[in-house]
Amino acid sequence: MPRRWRPLPISLLAVPFLFLADQVEAQKLPEENSCLQCHQGLGDPRVMSPAEKFPQDIHGSKGIFCQDCHGGDPASLDPQQAMSRAKKFVGKPRHQAIPALCGKCHSDADYMKRFNPTLRVDQVQEYLTSVHGKRLKQGDQKAATCISCHDVHRIRAIKDQQAWTYPVKVVDTCGRCHGDPKYMAGYKIPTDVVAKYKQSVHYEALTKKGDLSAPTCNVCHGNHGATPPGVGSVANVCGTCHSVPAEFFAKSPHQQAFASMGLAPCVTCHSNHDVVKTGDEMVGTTDKAVCVTCHQADSGGFRQAAAMRASLDGLRESLTRATAVLDQAEHAGMEISQARFELRGASDALLKARAAIHLADAAAIQKLTEEGKQITAVAHAKGLKALEDLLFRHRGLWVSVGIIVLVIVGLVLKIREIDQRRHQERAADRRST
Amino acid sequence: MAAPRVVQTVTTWLDERVNLAEIREFVRHKVVPVHKHTVWYYFGGMTLFLFGIQVCTGILLLLYYRPSAEEAYESVQFIVTEVQFGWLIRSIHSWSANLMMATLMIHLFSVYFTQAYRKPRELTWVTGMILFGIALFFGFSGYLLPWNTLAYFATKVGTDVAGQVPVVGTLITQILRGGEDVTGATLSRFYGIHVAILPLLTTGILGLHLFLVQKQGMSVPLELEHGGRHPEAMPFFPDFFLRDLVGWLSALAVLAALAAYFPWELGVKADPFAPAPAGIRPEWYFMYMFQTLKYLPAKIGPLDGEMVGILGFNLGGLFLLLVPFLDLKAARGEENPLFFWIGVGIVAYIVVLSALGYLAPGGN
Repeated sequence: MPRRWRPLPISLLAVPFLFLADQVEAQKLPEENSCLQCHQGLGDPRVMSPAEKFPQDIHGSKGIFCQDCHGGDPASLDPQQAMSRAKKFVGKPRHQAIPALCGKCHSDADYMKRFNPTLRVDQVQEYLTSVHGKRLKQGDQKAATCISCHDVHRIRAIKDQQAWTYPVKVVDTCGRCHGDPKYMAGYKIPTDVVAKYKQSVHYEALTKKGDLSAPTCNVCHGNHGATPPGVGSVANVCGTCHSVPAEFFAKSPHQQAFASMGLAPCVTCHSNHDVVKTGDEMVGTTDKAVCVTCHQADSGGFRQAAAMRASLDGLRESLTRATAVLDQAEHAGMEISQARFELRGASDALLKARAAIHLADAAAIQKLTEEGKQITAVAHAKGLKALEDLLFRHRGLWVSVGIIVLVIVGLVLKIREIDQRRHQERAADRRST
Repeated sequence: MAAPRVVQTVTTWLDERVNLAEIREFVRHKVVPVHKHTVWYYFGGMTLFLFGIQVCTGILLLLYYRPSAEEAYESVQFIVTEVQFGWLIRSIHSWSANLMMATLMIHLFSVYFTQAYRKPRELTWVTGMILFGIALFFGFSGYLLPWNTLAYFATKVGTDVAGQVPVVGTLITQILRGGEDVTGATLSRFYGIHVAILPLLTTGILGLHLFLVQKQGMSVPLELEHGGRHPEAMPFFPDFFLRDLVGWLSALAVLAALAAYFPWELGVKADPFAPAPAGIRPEWYFMYMFQTLKYLPAKIGPLDGEMVGILGFNLGGLFLLLVPFLDLKAARGEENPLFFWIGVGIVAYIVVLSALGYLAPGGN
């Protein structure tokens, strides 16, 4: 039997995922909606706020209004009637009831298909597995629910740049609680994570380079199922993007060593929230190298670190030398685009070697860097050949110009001789006449 | 000094068959007037010499060039990197084209200002103007052949501009491009135009131009003609020819220096799907037109600004083509200050607009 639609108490709270529209502009609301009419004129900001915010809410654009979440009768102008229990008015839902309230629609696949057949409907289920969901179940009134992240009465689609859940805004959305020491007091978790994340290469990519695929809080922690990744799963979390280093790490001796020491992969060397741009200086035996944190001088690992760094430095320096020679030839006007194209192979080799550092195998790194060095040697030789050609051209030019000048001098002398002869002939003509 | 025996034998052999005496006689009697404007006579010969270099280097480039969107760029790259002295040939071809356009323009305006187009040399002027048009088309078509980014987008802009010609503009653009857009089809037809159609036209018209010059001799400035003085003259051979040779050899040395120190850039291969790069500009001899079109407003009265610009350039070209028939005073052997000042205006316009094209903010 087809399900009969009944008004559902949804909108006051938030709808976990809203893929329904790109952006919600202020929309035209029904004129006879007594909820909005009354709340707009009550004078108290607390009760006026829902009516003021709702025109930007995505639900209104889909025909879902106050009574669908709160019950009541928006057709009646009599407050007693409009908000009567007989009309199933529920008022403001309890904090703990919010996920279920949103889930009445958002967990209903048949209903949600009307708006978008590809929408997920497992958000509430996932939420219940999160730290937020578990704490809410335990009665924690401060635990985040749908509306904590999606706003209330002004819920926007996640693609909307003004939505709290738009990638660049997620850190501030999470930071409203997790960056507030007062609010988080008692939870025993650090509240400097937001400030730290804002110093990271990930935040820079997201905000300065505009790369919306760069990770923000929810990418590593999950959104509806938000949980701190455990020591055992960190590599998998980072590996969703950094798959090659993660794969190498899994094959490295560090995998077992880290596990036995209870160290989390990735973050032990790279940190977690304040991940900064990596560089070759992180490898090796200098003060800036992370290897020396664990490996003491003269240990096997120390020597491996030194060897890996030497391989990277060797390739990088030969790449720099080859590039400099090609630049010099190019600035002199020589055509070296093919050599430059081939040199990309060396850059790729350096990139691969840097990723392969996670294998912690100096021999493997050396093999990769040697391949790169062979490419740089060829490019370097081509650059030198171009410079030699240039010298040859310049010498050839001066030889040619010398010959041409000699011929010109000869011609000028010949012209002079002819001119003098003509002059003498004319003088002789004049004398004879 | 007597000529070597082989030369004498060959000369006698030829003489018996084609009567070289007539040619010898013509050369012996050919003279060049000597006066304060004689220097301008050298520019015609210089243009011809540079054209000869174009033909020779062009033929050598043909041996390796492959006219398709897939291979053109790579083949030019091969020429300048792998082929022995390919870099020299390609650079000289490009630099010589530019020098030739410069000497051609100097030749054109020197003839204009000395009013050498007047009767009886109207046809010489008209064929010269046609050769100038052909040279511009040579430059336009040759620019695309390396199939690099700058050439690709400049051709796109250039053929778009051609589309602004009233009535037949769209048809011209489609014929030039071989379709709606600049593609491999455009490249192959530009190649055909550059190496077959234009050389064929040039051969015929240049032949007629040179024939007329030989037939009618060099024009003498009006002031000398009016004075009733018979200007001094020097024999063409060897006096003038040796001077010509000095100029040609100097040009050759300049070309070699340019090729060695400023090899013509190949740039980056054209990518039709990439956005147009900044700094697209045509060759310098089209710059004044390009800059004019940039300054014109979108609409001039009921017409598109660009269309008005193109119409103006066409009318300007038509004026120059017909100048021997419009300058009636010159035809009567009188000086004509009006046409002199029109000429000054044209030269000033070309120089100023070209300079602005390179120097004005956003011009380059």
